Amino acid sequence: MAADTIKDHPGERRLVKIRVWLAVVAMILMTAGLVARMFYLQVQRYDELATQSEDNRIHLRTVPPIRGLIYDAKGRLLAENRPSYTLTIIRERVKNMDETLSELSELVDLDPDDIDDFKERVYKTRPFNSVPLKYRLNEEEIARVSVNHHRLPGVNVEAQLIRFYPERKTLAHAIGYVGRINDKELRKLDASLYSGTNIIGKTGVERYYESILLGKPGYQEVESNARGRILRVLKQVDPVPGTDLHLYLDLDLQKAAMEALKGKRGAVVALDPKTGGVLALASTPSYDTNSFVTGIGYKEFNSLRDNINRPLFNRATLGEYPPASTIKPFVAMAALDSETVKSDYRIFDRGYYQLPGDKHRYRNWKRTGDGWTDMVRAIARSNDTYFYDIAVKMGIDTIHDYMTRFQLGQRTGLDIASERPGLMPSRAWKRAARGRPWYPGETVISGIGQGYMLATPLQLATATAIIANRGGIVAPRLAKPGPGVAPKVPMGRIDKTPEDWETVIKGMREVVDNPRGTAHRRIGRKLKYTVAGKTGTAQVVGIPQDIKEEEAQVLEEFQKDHGLFIAFAPIENPQIALAVIIENDSSAAVGVARKVMDAWLLPRLGPLEKPALAKKGVL
Amino acid sequence: MPQDFIRQLDPTHNLRAAPSLSNRLHLDPVLMSMLLAFCAAGLFVLYSASGRNMDMVIRQAVYMLMGFGGMCIIAQIPPRYMMMLVPFAYLGGVVLLVAVLVMGYGAKGAQRWISLPGFRFQPSEIIKLVMPLTVAAWLCRKTLPPKFLDVAVALVLIGIPTALIAKQPDLGTSLLIAASGLFALLLAGLSWRIIGGAVLLALPAMWGMWHFVMREYQKQRVLTFLNPESDPWGSGWNIIQSKIAIGSGGVYGKGWLLGTQSHLDFLPESHTDFIIAVLAEEFGMIGVLVLLAAYALILGRGIFITLHAQNMFARLVSGSVTLTFFVYIFVNIGMVSGLLPVVGVPLPLVSRGGTSIVTLMAGFGILMSAHTHRNLLGR
Repeated sequence: MAADTIKDHPGERRLVKIRVWLAVVAMILMTAGLVARMFYLQVQRYDELATQSEDNRIHLRTVPPIRGLIYDAKGRLLAENRPSYTLTIIRERVKNMDETLSELSELVDLDPDDIDDFKERVYKTRPFNSVPLKYRLNEEEIARVSVNHHRLPGVNVEAQLIRFYPERKTLAHAIGYVGRINDKELRKLDASLYSGTNIIGKTGVERYYESILLGKPGYQEVESNARGRILRVLKQVDPVPGTDLHLYLDLDLQKAAMEALKGKRGAVVALDPKTGGVLALASTPSYDTNSFVTGIGYKEFNSLRDNINRPLFNRATLGEYPPASTIKPFVAMAALDSETVKSDYRIFDRGYYQLPGDKHRYRNWKRTGDGWTDMVRAIARSNDTYFYDIAVKMGIDTIHDYMTRFQLGQRTGLDIASERPGLMPSRAWKRAARGRPWYPGETVISGIGQGYMLATPLQLATATAIIANRGGIVAPRLAKPGPGVAPKVPMGRIDKTPEDWETVIKGMREVVDNPRGTAHRRIGRKLKYTVAGKTGTAQVVGIPQDIKEEEAQVLEEFQKDHGLFIAFAPIENPQIALAVIIENDSSAAVGVARKVMDAWLLPRLGPLEKPALAKKGVL
Repeated sequence: MPQDFIRQLDPTHNLRAAPSLSNRLHLDPVLMSMLLAFCAAGLFVLYSASGRNMDMVIRQAVYMLMGFGGMCIIAQIPPRYMMMLVPFAYLGGVVLLVAVLVMGYGAKGAQRWISLPGFRFQPSEIIKLVMPLTVAAWLCRKTLPPKFLDVAVALVLIGIPTALIAKQPDLGTSLLIAASGLFALLLAGLSWRIIGGAVLLALPAMWGMWHFVMREYQKQRVLTFLNPESDPWGSGWNIIQSKIAIGSGGVYGKGWLLGTQSHLDFLPESHTDFIIAVLAEEFGMIGVLVLLAAYALILGRGIFITLHAQNMFARLVSGSVTLTFFVYIFVNIGMVSGLLPVVGVPLPLVSRGGTSIVTLMAGFGILMSAHTHRNLLGR
């Protein structure tokens, strides 16, 4: 015990000194460890970590190009770009996407559709590029998001240029619309061109000229902080804006056509016969294309899609109708050129036609018959018996050849996204498509544009323009030639003797002028110019089989005949050629055509032209 | 004879007759000037790390002055008075820790502060100072190396505040406080057998800690440390960004105020726990080496004072304070550079934070007291 209480001071001092030196050694070793760690990070991994540091702060941001504008023939804007505020998110900046989205839905009215749509696209976008969540924020929403901005890293309100169609419904089927890029388009398109854009042309001119309207994106090298705020732009390559398009289309005429079609299911296509330029391309009912630009809601889309009047259907280029009697001038032309008959060829119509050795009577629309009928009278009266006769004399293949030369039965090549080819039957076609031989009776009804024959209003307008040009073939065009738009290709002529053309045109003129002409009453009074036209009444085929009782009445309306009318005017110097179809109303087409022609021609009939017309006894 | 007498007294004559100014003020000029220079340099780093926040720098400077004041006051207390005061300080500290815990049940999560009118403080900071003093005061009266029973008592003295602070929960601080007490024990010559046994016991203890003591967020930190890339946008972010900051500094650094990681807010906690990353980014490896060298000088002076202490109490206290200071540095730099898990230890004298600085300076005050209150004869 005693030894314990007496402290060994020098010994203890030595002990502690040894421990202190041991500690010093330990500290030196640990410090060496720290230095080694720093050497590892700052020297050995310098390149990698310095790059990561740069990646942290410097980002490439695509600057979207401004989409090309679309003008009408007089330079009026048909499609423009307007600033709109869009709620966007940069995925990489958001710590918890679900939380952020639920917080945002309290600030902004978010559709579940918007969120689903966003989630689908957000992982397909390049890193550090913003993905739109909701377009067209209103003032109040902008304010609410801005106030809470600090709590929502990665969330931004961006001013974007959004496509806007000032004429709304008027041009839906001609201009078409742009919309969000969908999966199918995403897989096909060149990602580098669309890196700053999530909008693509969907229909009409917007789609056909997508490549030139789009432009080329630029980019910015920006320095941003950890919360994604851009502090400065280090480098910028400006985007190349899209090319502006100038159309042949005339807004006033388009409006007149839409107005004339109001309340009807129908279409009007009006061409400038000289250039083939589309002056008006209308299809009703129509819809406001602006709804599609930022993504249409399912409800709105379904109501458009399921509407029995089919507003989304472009009747002008996709509607294939039996041309009916409007085919007659072209059949007459074929008969003259193929020298099947002479222009003074006439028949005695007893009200029906019979094939030799067949009891079946192919009836004229006027059961009592028209008596002695030549070609001019046959066209003016729309005499079926005459055309049964000359059609059988020509045979179906001759008819097919000539219809093809009038650009029927094939796509016209209009610069619009979608167009149907129609159908002009032949023996070869029937063998290939139906696997059956051609029956003589089918030739008979082809003479009056029934049977297999189908044509779109666009095709009928084009063929009418060829008659107006007395054989000069034109290809219809929406956009005037310019940068990015191919120049017109000369289309050649259907060379006929001028007499042949004038015979047919005389017949078409009497359709309107002659008191017994089929359009004389409907064209109205005080016509201030000469018109060559042809009416048609198409029977509706393909009536649905399985109909419910309550739908029967609606269906009855949809079983009525379609009314058609083709025309060009003035006859001496044609300035407009058009085709009109009115579904399930055989009496309205002529009136619609009159309104459209008036709208085009009345402002253009200068004081110089009126005396010229008066001299010819038109006025 | 008088001649002999004089000669005998000669070695202590100078000490008695003309005590130096520094000894009379009880301040160590070497340590004092090192600390002053270091603090001044630290302010420059803080200015950059805070995003040129001059207010923050001025506040830090005020804390530093307060720290120097506290240091000077503590340096005046002779070690033998400290020995006498220690039991009361220890008891008071433990009572405050219990008080914090009791009050803390009301508030959500961590409760570490005691608020008094005018100021508030963390009782754990007091314990940081008191712990090495307590263990040193207990052991210096015993024969060294300490016997098992003395060691056991010392471990209890260390264990009580450590457990209380761990419960706050503040694992980092509790481990540092435990370390400061254990250093005194180790320096006092704790037998290697006990040390070896403790290491063997540590492994099951770690298992127990993981399952019964550690909170979810603490476990998360350890998991993140082991694999930061597993959660780059969540808890791994800090470590990934600090490594990028350090590494991108390279040898020469990006330059003062030019660190992109900190100035663009990629580096979190850039002015507190992660400030070394700012220094490493802006001043490069050279800056880190200069910092470590400056710390080495301060530590060297601490070791010098420890080795030249006149009595066992001063020796154990000085050594323990010095080693604890080193542990702060090592743990902080280790965690920021990804060697250790993130435990929330500031970089001494550089990180922003008033309490940390005042406590550290007070610790240096104890060192100065030990060095400048010298008896005629060392024991």
